[in-house]
Amino acid sequence: MEYKQLAPAPKSTAKRIKTWLIVIISLALLIWSFTDMDFGGIKPSAKQIVGSIFNGLLHPDWSYVYTGDGEDLLSALWETICIAFLGTFISAIISLPFAFWAARTKYKHWFTSRLGKIVLAIIRSFPEIVLALMFIKAVGPGAAAGVLALGVHSVGMLAKLFSESIENLDEGANEAVIASGGSKWHVMMFATMPNLMPSLISNTLYRFDVSLRSASVLGLVGAGGIGYPLMTALNYRMWSRVGIILLGIIILVMIVDWISGWIRSKLV
Amino acid sequence: MTNKSGQAPVVPGLPKKKFKLMNWVWAIILIGGLFVSTQETNTSLPVLFQNFSNFTEIFVEMAKPDWSYSGTVIPLVLQTIKMAILGTFFGSLAAFFYSLLIARNVVKNKVVTGVFRFIMNIIRTIPDLLLGAIFVAIVGTGTFAGVLALSVFTFGVVVKLFYEAIETIDNGPIEALTAVGANKWQIITDAVLPQVMTYFISYTLYAFEINVRASTVLGYIGAGGIGLYLQQTLDVFQYERTGTIIIIIVIVVVLIDYISSKAREALMK
Repeated sequence: MEYKQLAPAPKSTAKRIKTWLIVIISLALLIWSFTDMDFGGIKPSAKQIVGSIFNGLLHPDWSYVYTGDGEDLLSALWETICIAFLGTFISAIISLPFAFWAARTKYKHWFTSRLGKIVLAIIRSFPEIVLALMFIKAVGPGAAAGVLALGVHSVGMLAKLFSESIENLDEGANEAVIASGGSKWHVMMFATMPNLMPSLISNTLYRFDVSLRSASVLGLVGAGGIGYPLMTALNYRMWSRVGIILLGIIILVMIVDWISGWIRSKLV
Repeated sequence: MTNKSGQAPVVPGLPKKKFKLMNWVWAIILIGGLFVSTQETNTSLPVLFQNFSNFTEIFVEMAKPDWSYSGTVIPLVLQTIKMAILGTFFGSLAAFFYSLLIARNVVKNKVVTGVFRFIMNIIRTIPDLLLGAIFVAIVGTGTFAGVLALSVFTFGVVVKLFYEAIETIDNGPIEALTAVGANKWQIITDAVLPQVMTYFISYTLYAFEINVRASTVLGYIGAGGIGLYLQQTLDVFQYERTGTIIIIIVIVVVLIDYISSKAREALMK
């Protein structure tokens, strides 16, 4: 029995060249990345340390969970939550005006919104840790510096998400309020904000998840939270303590992710 | 106010809003949370404003960058980008195979997918810098720790996006290939991958953007790249040098973000 071969799919030469060019450039970049990379300097004790960390995870230091003197796992995790909560709240408030500035709407010149977007991109790219160190100089080491660093840094991403929801708003409600003689303030209060609220809350909750992860590492530079005890435990090779702290972070992040996912699913 | 017939006109007011208990509960939780967290973290605005000059001072010094230092900075920034590329590559490669294992339309066994998803969720919770700190403890300071941390971090970011992309594909081609007796591998290469490849590339680019950002600070904890110099210059108060580093980082990150997001837009068209 003879099979009839289907005609091959038509392919344009230009497209094929473009695809190959992209593949070659990507490969070249990848090979370039392997050059001058120092993969040799692995400590001989690496295997043993991996074993110790897993051992620590399996035999965590339960006595560290609660000691009552405020230097235990639960109070450090609680501080981390508080840093993330307050930081997210501050950034949500700062983000609103930035979002209206950066949103591309027909009411303003494209140049204005483009400028706003560039400013947000710069805020996003400013390393969070450096910001934390600068705030440590201003308010001293501790949780407050972490809150302020998160509050400022999150604006870059949060205001971007906010401005995208503003751009996606349905114009109908705004026009209806204008048509019935509402002022700019009325448009804001009765059309824009009520329509915007669900996506603002949802984005802020999402940012809270991200901030919680950030808050747990800010301690590495002395800005409060669980990061500091973790760094200490790693430096002093207290593996069972490392284990319990990692477990604490993993469980905390999972619970918060789950709760915020549940609330977000209720919103839409 | 009267009209012609002398009667007051009926002005229909806005419909009364329904009283929603839950909204009040949320408001109370929010305000309570603010109060508690302000107490716990000792955040006070007066202290900030009192010492605000310290903060702005650093900014002012950073705004006078020391350009002669950029000769030292640029090779390290390139090294940082290399770390980000390698981390993205290894991380997404691992995520590629892993996502096939946990997609319910590829692997039908719910126990297998459940266990692998649980492991994935645990990996996803650990933040980038913590991974960095752990790998520095394991393999010692240097770029290798950074590449490992970024690989695991990338894996966590993209594996979820990957498997969700696989699960949303059209199942027709899979059924057709199953019907003609194709094996698992043929189904994957001929029915699944053609449908998800553009998404995979787009997500990998997205992860690359995140990695470039993350890699710039990994050096701070000893995991290679420009972050090390960030720490050194800050420690000895050479803010004009810190400023140079930050300006170069910001330019590189914004540039890569721009190129990558344009590429993703072009892909998705």
